[in-house]
Amino acid sequence: MGNGHAFTFAGERLVARPSGALYWPAAALLVVSDLHLGKSERMARRGGSLLPPYETRDTLDRLDVDLAATDPARVISLGDAFDDMDAADNLAADVRDRLACLVGARDWTWITGNHDPAPTGLGGVAADGVTCGRVTFRHIATTGAGPEISGHYHPKASLSVRGRPVSRPCFLRDDDRLILPAYGTYTGGLRSRDPVLSALMGAGARAILAGVPMVEIPMPR
Amino acid sequence: MDLPAPLADFFARRGWSLHPHQVEMLARADAPSLLLIAPTGGGKTLAGFLPTLADLAEGGHAGLHTLYVSPLKALANDIKRNLRTPIEEAGLPIRVEDRTGDTSQTQRRRQRADPPHILLTTPESLALMVSYPDAARTFAGLKRVIVDEIHALADSKRGDQLMLALSRLQTLSPGLRRVGLSATVDDPAVIAHYLARHPDPCPILLADSGPAPDIDILPTTHAPPWAGAGGRYAIPDVLAEVKRHRTTLIFHNTRAQAEIFFHNLWLANEDDLPIGIHHGALSREARQRVEAAMVAGALRAIVATGSLDLGIDWGDVDLVIQVGAPKKVKQLVQRIGRANHRYNAPSKARLVPANRFEVVECVAALEAVRAGELDGDLRLDGPRDVLCQHIACVACAGDFVANELLAEVRTVGPYAGLTRAAFDECLDFVATGGYALRAYDRYQRLKERAPGIWGLRDPRSARQIRMNLGTIIDTDTLKVRFKGRGGFPLGEIEEGFANTLSAGDTFLMGGQVVRFENMREMTVEVSPNPSKEPRIATYIGYKWTTSVQLADRIQRILHEGDFSGFPDHTREWLDLQVERSRMPEPGRLLIETFPRDGRHHICLYGFAGRNAHQTLALLITKGMEEAGLEPLTFVCTDYAALITGLKPVPQVARFLAHDGLHEALESWLKGNAVMKRTFRNAAIIAGLIDRNFPGKRSSGRQATFSSDILYDTLHRFDPGHLMLRITEEEAMRGHIDFGRVELLLETVGDRIDQVDTGRVTPLAAPMFLERGIVPIRGRAEGRLMEEEAARLMADAGLAPD
Repeated sequence: MGNGHAFTFAGERLVARPSGALYWPAAALLVVSDLHLGKSERMARRGGSLLPPYETRDTLDRLDVDLAATDPARVISLGDAFDDMDAADNLAADVRDRLACLVGARDWTWITGNHDPAPTGLGGVAADGVTCGRVTFRHIATTGAGPEISGHYHPKASLSVRGRPVSRPCFLRDDDRLILPAYGTYTGGLRSRDPVLSALMGAGARAILAGVPMVEIPMPR
Repeated sequence: MDLPAPLADFFARRGWSLHPHQVEMLARADAPSLLLIAPTGGGKTLAGFLPTLADLAEGGHAGLHTLYVSPLKALANDIKRNLRTPIEEAGLPIRVEDRTGDTSQTQRRRQRADPPHILLTTPESLALMVSYPDAARTFAGLKRVIVDEIHALADSKRGDQLMLALSRLQTLSPGLRRVGLSATVDDPAVIAHYLARHPDPCPILLADSGPAPDIDILPTTHAPPWAGAGGRYAIPDVLAEVKRHRTTLIFHNTRAQAEIFFHNLWLANEDDLPIGIHHGALSREARQRVEAAMVAGALRAIVATGSLDLGIDWGDVDLVIQVGAPKKVKQLVQRIGRANHRYNAPSKARLVPANRFEVVECVAALEAVRAGELDGDLRLDGPRDVLCQHIACVACAGDFVANELLAEVRTVGPYAGLTRAAFDECLDFVATGGYALRAYDRYQRLKERAPGIWGLRDPRSARQIRMNLGTIIDTDTLKVRFKGRGGFPLGEIEEGFANTLSAGDTFLMGGQVVRFENMREMTVEVSPNPSKEPRIATYIGYKWTTSVQLADRIQRILHEGDFSGFPDHTREWLDLQVERSRMPEPGRLLIETFPRDGRHHICLYGFAGRNAHQTLALLITKGMEEAGLEPLTFVCTDYAALITGLKPVPQVARFLAHDGLHEALESWLKGNAVMKRTFRNAAIIAGLIDRNFPGKRSSGRQATFSSDILYDTLHRFDPGHLMLRITEEEAMRGHIDFGRVELLLETVGDRIDQVDTGRVTPLAAPMFLERGIVPIRGRAEGRLMEEEAARLMADAGLAPD
């Protein structure tokens, strides 16, 4: 994978990574959002489809790659790390150990989300939101006070290549807010054209498409 | 069996006498299975129903007696109308009802509790009925099942689903007799085998095939374009024919083409002739209005697609016009059958090729019809994704014994050879997902309650299974309606198309130009906009492929070089092909290369069928990507493959080296878009991916994700999983044709002719209109993305950071 797309937000130099993670070199901080660990287990538990139960491993495999590449002192998970609280409790023992190991090795913050509104019991610190320099981290974007970095919406955007749309998860940013794509393997996306996202993001907002190559475009609305 | 007096009197009053095959059907009413093959207009449907009418004439039968299954909803409506006359006029005590996707919930519930004597339905609705716990009661007294247009069902998964449902009905009502009604087909024995309970005998009744149709190419004032679709050039000539005839049916191969043609026909319709449009993407209300107007004789013409294709009796149609080449001879014959729907009267049809290559296709199809040569391939290896769905469907009705279900499934012809192990894999998949990793107790849809006895773990999951029954995989669609409270529903468009629309864009829907306003939840809201030129809509619609037999015939015609049977314009066009390039030749492989619109194109004329060309194109683009030649896309037809890339490719033949072809291809296949598409379809049918959720939230899109992710995840963590094996089985059967490719390359050897023509050639031009373009996710796409992003940023006045 490439090294990512660097840009300035709130006066800070940040790097959007192809995986959908955000790296803040000056703060030695890696941010990921919406891991949705345990999604297949939750769907099966609720009588839905029996999806391949491998997304938690796959998500952690990708997280390993990002951690190895950036070696951060601190990690913030921006909420919805688990598909629900039971999914956090029902993790297979080996996956649980693996996750505890990752969390224990760093200053780790679990921001609570709408799917996982309580501490996870896996170490680290749980919080509604945290502030780092001028920037506030929370799960769901607010209108008004910025600058903030959030997740929740799973934004995606498409670009027309030879008349055919190429759709990718994306980072959305304007002067006051940055919204991260969902990091989890089994996560869908909400189009940037959706009225909710259009209303939230200011004029001149941009979308950075995750994946390879990473490109930045005016946010499609 | 004799005709009961009231019916005999009815026929006598009308002055009708039975055709010999109708008498024969009555005489053989007790046969466990009987396939009737008769031409359209031969009173086939009445022949199928006569034993039922005779049986019920005395009265005294309580509950469901006969189930009629057809591939089309419209056909069920039509049959209901046609049965009404004899039943009412002969005063028979028979109740007839239909049940399709359009039937209301209340009506459906009532039908299960108090079924009519004759129920008209579709394979999907039947599967749904079989899934209810009261199925045993509903079907207990069932005597006969009539499968109409069985030739159309037999080469699709809908047919497999239907036959599995029939095996269930046979168990619920052991005396059940099966009747199949089919248009003329090449190999009736195959269809008879499909219909009959295995290993019962499968008798066939052949009716007299009637007079030859009057069929030809419509002479037009203007020549057809080199490349073009939709036949707009022929509008004045088509309109003149409409005026000359009582009622004309105008068939198109796609919905989008039907819409555009209809729009332009209206603009040219200075006499205000009443003309309607009918296709499957229109709302039920719109379709029914047109059907009613047609039956009432109020329309002079209908522009239509396959939704009107099969066996519908429209009475007074005296001309059928087919716009665009009929891709299958079988389809052409059936469409012709719409005209002059009377036995022993020749039907009249005219073809309007949309471009000059289609003139060649039309000539080939006409030759085939005159030679009585039909086409179409039938499968006899039951697909396992359909079996998985059937197992889930049976489980919804109640606990079942695995051994008994296996025995029942083996009575279905295509599944007769199903092994115990292959069945168990499907059962395990439905029960637990079939994963190598068995970590979660909750990974259970079915529970083994006692040894060999299975049932739903949670009865509530039945609802979700029922919502996802069916084997037709449409592209995701969104409903279109007029903006405002109680907005009038217009139909559906593809989600992919909807996502390209911005406020103010216009497109055609139901023959009118509408303006896109916004997307509200899962509905596209539009307003009428009669003044503006429309953008072209892409609809879901069938992608017809030419049959292999027809492709062979086309190659023969081209190679023989006798173009005297063609109109002047096409002869000149073919001569131009010889001048600028050369004609494809059996035993050699012609490859043309040329630049166009800043891209480089390779056109290969294999005449080996679409699947083989797809395989060939995958192979070549793989080599190109490795050699840094930046392929972008390919598209295939049954006669050629067109590959597009960013760089010229001097020696295409080097990518066709025969050594290691199979292995190279197999590893490459796993990651490509064709396989992912195949996986998606199979995974939806097998129930791994749900299309519909109960009480879907408006933010549901956020929760659903691409099937490609599931495909990649399975490959990484569980490469032996059943769904991947089913995908390979499907690909080998449907999309990948190793055998044909190997045969072609062996036959051709080094006789490969690469011609650099400098510009697009006459034969290659129509390839640029083909749908179903397969993208290649490689370096070229990344480069184009970067260029496009830079352009967008500059246009928006945003500086790169």
